[in-house]
Amino acid sequence: MLNANWVAFQTIVIKEVRRFTRIWPQTILPPAITMTLYFVIFGNLIGPRIGEMGGYAYMDFIVPGLIMMSVITNAYSNVVSSFFGMKFQHCIEELLVAPVPNYIILLGYVGGGVARGLAVGFIVTLVSLGFTDLQIHHLGVVISVVVLTAVLFSLGGFINAVYANKFDDISIVPTFVLTPLTYLGGVFYSITLLPGFWQDVSLINPILYMVNAFRYGLLGVSDINIGVAYGMILLFIAILFFYSLSLLNRGVGIRN
Amino acid sequence: MATALAIESLRKVYGNGFEALKGITLEVEEGDFFALLGPNGAGKSTTLGIVSSLVNKTSGKVEVFGHDIDKDLVKAKLNLGVVPQEFNFNQFEKVFDIVVTQAGYYGIPAKIAKNNAEKYLNELGLWDKHDQPARMLSGGMKRRLMIARALVHDPKLIILDEPTAGVDIELRRSMWSFLTEVNKEGKTIILTTHYLEEAEALCRNIAIIDRGEILEHANKRDLLRKLHNETFVLDIAGQLSQAPQLEGYPVRLTGEGQLEVDVAGERSLNDAFRQLDSLGVEVSSMRTKTNRLEELFIRLVSEEKEKQQKEAVDA
Repeated sequence: MLNANWVAFQTIVIKEVRRFTRIWPQTILPPAITMTLYFVIFGNLIGPRIGEMGGYAYMDFIVPGLIMMSVITNAYSNVVSSFFGMKFQHCIEELLVAPVPNYIILLGYVGGGVARGLAVGFIVTLVSLGFTDLQIHHLGVVISVVVLTAVLFSLGGFINAVYANKFDDISIVPTFVLTPLTYLGGVFYSITLLPGFWQDVSLINPILYMVNAFRYGLLGVSDINIGVAYGMILLFIAILFFYSLSLLNRGVGIRN
Repeated sequence: MATALAIESLRKVYGNGFEALKGITLEVEEGDFFALLGPNGAGKSTTLGIVSSLVNKTSGKVEVFGHDIDKDLVKAKLNLGVVPQEFNFNQFEKVFDIVVTQAGYYGIPAKIAKNNAEKYLNELGLWDKHDQPARMLSGGMKRRLMIARALVHDPKLIILDEPTAGVDIELRRSMWSFLTEVNKEGKTIILTTHYLEEAEALCRNIAIIDRGEILEHANKRDLLRKLHNETFVLDIAGQLSQAPQLEGYPVRLTGEGQLEVDVAGERSLNDAFRQLDSLGVEVSSMRTKTNRLEELFIRLVSEEKEKQQKEAVDA
């Protein structure tokens, strides 16, 4: 049965990778173009006027945040659009009639989201090399933080998809929650620039921990303690994983 | 002979309070070709939805080849192949990928999955379309694709929810012969259909469901014996000015050279033919006026409706 579950997991991940690579002009190309514009406008044009941030040139400071931003949005949107699309077209029934355990369904979709998050993150990293010399302070931190972040936001996308009843519902969270949290999560600035109260408010934003942990992996600087960042990411993953699993077990949004 | 499907006191109450199934009990033997018939909203799809894990039951018990879906769902699912009423595959995926992916969900390794997919796509006449996106297929092809997908893991029980809906007559006949072959190979088939001639042609046992209750559950022959009268249409050679008088058989002249003869359940047709022969009436062809099963179906459903109306008035 373990082997059968492994085959089922691989099948879901392969199907998901096939899906986002088949529609690459919608999934891979737009983030590459958007991030290039960020690098040109904020890094090249405005950056030199800002000067240093956290002891680094502004371009170097925003690169980790922008890579992380693309990983977050793509991991999230891959799972939310794919799983909701499955519900909408009733293809989810293909999975529900088969003997695939719910945790394998969840891991499969998360695997697909992570694959797209990493693929886009890699492409944005390549683009960034055209604007700056990327240094790596701690490779292990870079890889683990980017993978864990992709896992976390894939889970977020999954929960959004389970509750979504129409296409509007899958864009509300990314537009009104995810984007503001990302922009306010220290992608473009160090929270040390903020007044004390707003620094404290920023600490409840989970994206701040991921962006800073990733920045630490690349540049060796962070607004927050790296151990706390890992703790927060793992805690959120555990909460969202078990919540997603309970939704699947109860059949919320997928079974009558 | 094992029991392929055992349903006991199955109830389903939807969130809005609608009771779709009122404690039905049903058994389908291994190797059977079984029809579950009923008007729209009778509870057919809900029943099959619960068996195939697409609908949560409120109470009751379901076993597939002895595996209780509450205790041993994985084994129950391994024995089951489902062809739903609506197209439920990704229209943008290639035909071959849809079937291979489904095999993967059942834990079948890629190499075997590809062989199985090729086999069933060939048998269902879809191999030449295997590299095309599913949206390019015609309606009949899409139905066949769902059958190939349901068979790819070699299930012992196949459930088909209106498999020939919207399919032209030629294709319907070819699907009938394919399903008959599959049944002969030992697979148990349960189908729901609105084409009662389909159930009469294919199935050995039939259950009729209406408003969440089983009205009849019997062998097709026993069920048809319950028809008290059957009307036959006879085409006769030559012209008749009035209907011939046959003892024990009401006869009507319905058109030029056409008679309708009512035959009561206990009477034989031979006697009617002997009388026609003695009157010099030559019969060139004959058919039943309506599909026999259809007649029975309509009678049972309307009797049930009348019974419920009467109960409502009495209450």
